[in-house]
Parts: sequence; C-alpha cells; structure tokens
Amino acid sequence: MGLLVDIQKDFADFSLTANFQVDQRPFGILGASGSGKSMTLRCIAGLTTPTKGKIILNERTLFDSEVKIDVPARHRKIGYLFQNYALFPHLTVEQNIAFGIRHLPKKEQQQRITEKLQMIQLEDLRKRFPYQLSGGQQQRVALARALVTNPEALLLDEPFSALDNHLRRYMEQELIEVLKQYEGVALFVTHNLEEAYHVCEQIMIMDNGKIVANQGREELFLDPPTFAAAQLTGCKNVTEMLPIDKSGTYVVPKWGNVTLCVPQGFKQGHKYIGIRDHHIEFVDQSRQSELDNVFLCEVVGYEEGPHTVTVFVQIGDQQTASEEYHLQIEVYKERWREISNSPNFYVHLPVDKLFLCS
Amino acid sequence: MVTDFTPLWISLKTATTATVITFFVGMAVAYWMANYQGRGKGIIDGFLILPMVLPPTVMGFILLLVFGKNSFVGKFLAGFDITIVFTWWATVIAAAVVAFPLMYKTARGAFEQIDSSYIEAAKTLGYNEWSIFWRVVLPLSWPGVAAATILAFARALGEFGATLMLAGSIPGKTQTVPIAIYFASEGGNMEKAFAWVIIIIAVSLFVVVFSNMWTGKKYSAIGKVRGN
Repeated sequence: MGLLVDIQKDFADFSLTANFQVDQRPFGILGASGSGKSMTLRCIAGLTTPTKGKIILNERTLFDSEVKIDVPARHRKIGYLFQNYALFPHLTVEQNIAFGIRHLPKKEQQQRITEKLQMIQLEDLRKRFPYQLSGGQQQRVALARALVTNPEALLLDEPFSALDNHLRRYMEQELIEVLKQYEGVALFVTHNLEEAYHVCEQIMIMDNGKIVANQGREELFLDPPTFAAAQLTGCKNVTEMLPIDKSGTYVVPKWGNVTLCVPQGFKQGHKYIGIRDHHIEFVDQSRQSELDNVFLCEVVGYEEGPHTVTVFVQIGDQQTASEEYHLQIEVYKERWREISNSPNFYVHLPVDKLFLCS
Repeated sequence: MVTDFTPLWISLKTATTATVITFFVGMAVAYWMANYQGRGKGIIDGFLILPMVLPPTVMGFILLLVFGKNSFVGKFLAGFDITIVFTWWATVIAAAVVAFPLMYKTARGAFEQIDSSYIEAAKTLGYNEWSIFWRVVLPLSWPGVAAATILAFARALGEFGATLMLAGSIPGKTQTVPIAIYFASEGGNMEKAFAWVIIIIAVSLFVVVFSNMWTGKKYSAIGKVRGN
C-alpha cells in the first residue's frame, strides 16, 4: 500500500525527474520555487501528463507511459489542496464541500458535510460564501472539500503560503491533527523547512527538477546527503573540503585553509563540509588545548535579529582588506553581549556537529 | 403616427431568435477557442471577428452569395423547398451573423479570465469537461456571458445593412424597425420615423437597464475573493 512515483517530465528549458515511494505517513516535499515540487504533485493528480514513467497508487496504476495508461484526474481519487484554495466563489461553504459528492444520496451527503464541518469547526458558517471567510477559514473549507470524497491520497500544495505567521503555526497544528486521522497517502509540498519538519516525518528535497535528498527529518537535518540539501535545509556554512589523509583530517580552502577533524570516515563522493550556524560557539582561548577545532578569528560584521545575533567571522588573524566572511554564526544576544568586547575571538566547530556531503 | 406595429414585433422576434442562436453558437466557439492551443489561432480569430469589422453591406453581399438561388447552400436548401432570401429567416440570419462576434469575443474574454485552479479543482473532485462547463465555467463567467448576450441582442436589434440586402423591406414580413425608420424618413414621413426612433430607444434602454439589474443582483458575490 502506498504511492509509487517514477516519472520524468521534459520542458523546453527544464526537466523534472522524480522517483520515490510514499507510505501512510505524511511525506514532505521541500524545495525552492521552480524546483519542480508542485509539478510533481500535478503529475500525480493527473493535472499534467508526465513525458514518461509510472505512477501507482495502492496497486492501482494511474499512469504508465509504456502501456499507455493515463487515468483522468476525475477518476484518480486524489484530493488536492490548491495554494489559493480554489474555493468556488459562487457556492456557499456547504455547497463547496458538497461539490465532490453530488452523486451520493442526499442523506449521505448531509451526513458527510456535517461531519467535515465539525472537523473544521465551521458549522455556523455553512451558508457563507468564500469571500465572507478569513484566509484560515477558507483554507479549512478547502481541506474539508478535498477530504469529503474520501480520497486515497491527499496532495497539499503550499497550503499555508497565503497565511500570516501566527495563523500559519495554528493551521499547522490543525493539519497535523487532521492528518493523524486520515488513512491514506499525504503529500505536503512547501518551501518552508520548519513547516515541512513540523508536519512530516519523511522529507524529500527537490532542487532544479532533481531529488537531492529523501529521508527521515531528524537525519536530514543532522546529516544532509548533498550540498543542495544542506543549503535547502537552512545550513549557512557549507563549502568545499579536501581530505589530507584517511584519519579524518580535512583542509577547507574557503575557511582560511584551516585543518579540521571530523569523526566519520571519508566516503567516496564527499566533496563538501558543513556546519549549522547555531552549532558554532565562541569559546575562551584557554580551551584551545582541550578541544578540537578551535580557531582564532576576526569578526567582520554582525546583524541583530529579535532573539539572536548573526555574526560573520573570518578565520585567522590576517588583516585582509576584504569584508569577505568565512563562517556565519548564530548566538543568543545575551552571549553576544558577554563576549563582544573581548580583544580576541575564538570559534569552536564541534567535531560531532560537522557533516560531510556530496 | 405609427399605426402598424408589425415592424416592432418582427424586430423583437428577430433579435430574440438571433440572440438565442448566437448565445449557444458563440459560447461554444468561444469556449473552444479559449482552450485551443494550436497554430492558426490568430487567423481563426480574425475570421470570427470579421462580421463585426466589415461594413454590414459587405456581410449582406456575402450572405446573398451564400444563400442565393445559384449557390451550393441555396440549391441544397431548395431541395427541401426552403428559401432564405427575402424571408423572415433572412432577417434572423443577418442579425445572428452580425451579432456573433460580440458574443464570441466577450464570452471568450470571460472564459479566459477564469483562474485555471477552479477548473483543476473540479477535475480532482470527479467532474468531466461537460459538467465543469455548466457547473464551474459558466457560473464563474456569468457576468461576462450576460454582458455578451446583451451586446449581441442590442446589435441584432439594431441590424440594418445586411438585413436590407438579404431580407429586403417587405412590410409585415421582413421590415424591422431600423428599416422602417429608413424608409419612413426617406419617404418624408418624419413624424413616423421619429415615433419609431423613440420606440427603439425605449426598448433598448429597457433591455440594458433591466439586464444590468438582474446580473448585478444575482451574482454580486462573484469576484470578491478575500485573502489573495
């Protein structure tokens, strides 16, 4: 049971290749705009025809270019939540939800609508039109409309992108609850990594039409497999590295040619090294003897955020003319106030926080 | 003064029949063209718009060639004992052809403005093309389609040149109000012409104002989408 996708879609200036499997757990697709994530969803729903490949949902072939199967969207039993919700403006909340089940007996229609209205807690607004609802309410109605047909798969295309931050977190919680009850394949497309992390256990990352990572969320953030995956999961410090020997020592040209120790062994294809900005810490010079990877550095600039300060540093003490920085470090404001007046800065790149990727 | 009101009835009957024909044909062609992606879209559009840009007399001349006794269509219809030229149906055909581009162009514009996600949403909810048209496309484009229908009706009601050439001016049969006005003023009966002018202004104004109220009320909810 589940969804199997193995498709290719060619355009004049863009090509999408997607090969992945989804089980019953919420599955996230993360990527920048233009990465092909929405196109993947459209192919699964049957709104766009792939150039070649196959799509199988619960042992039902929806698309197979070799045997020329292309089930039309209306027969795929796939619920789709559009980015702009696409609620029919000429129909009420109730009529919108009923739209996909008009073929059922009136009594069952009413029963299902009531059930879904309870789920989204909008029973009082059943006679309202979409323009009379807030963005969050519209989104809930769209979710109810997609779920009322009992689809075998639910595709969510950036459902929160039109909402403000506060509402977004709230709707996220609601969606997580709804997905817990939902027994089917759920695909959640977003460009927001926190959203993907909150909602989905398994996350796939797409970049320029290719899959660059597909793994459990925990592992993905600790140890992103590729350079693009590292960047797209918000890692600010990733750069090329050169192994010195097989003992786990590397030299990093872009970080002032420092020599670094990392725990895991070098694997074929590993070309980059990275560390997340909040994992780097400022330490006292005295600890240089007891810790690995402690370096003298120059602060070339900093930027204050609401809770933290982003510090840009250059490793080494050479007074170069350029403002170019090597590392970006995130520290709490309190910590920054403590250390910002010190004559020398030392950064510590903890061995267990460094990761290698290809 | 006006004593014989037949031109008014002929005009209303002609314009209504022509509008009904134009409504369905125009909408079908407009929907097809809105979705047509092939080559020659511009050329096809040009031909469809032609009746509006050409002088009505040119359309009348072309229609005479098409429906005349010696033409293919004329001969074919004669086989069924049907004559078009100088009959009431000629007034309908002339009015429908001239009104068609207004219906087509306006309806197409309305169809093309519909966000494609509405149509895609209907697809994922189990609808086929035909029911999508009636349940989504038409309701969403209704203000535009209604405007197109009114424009087509107004144009059909005012049709003169092509009608005169194809249907002539047979009192009680093909003489519409615009033609009656022309012959009245030509014949020096200014009083009669003036009365007809007043009547046609009143009728046109009534139709436009009434339909504005109707479409405005019923579908005022459309186009108000909050949140984006």
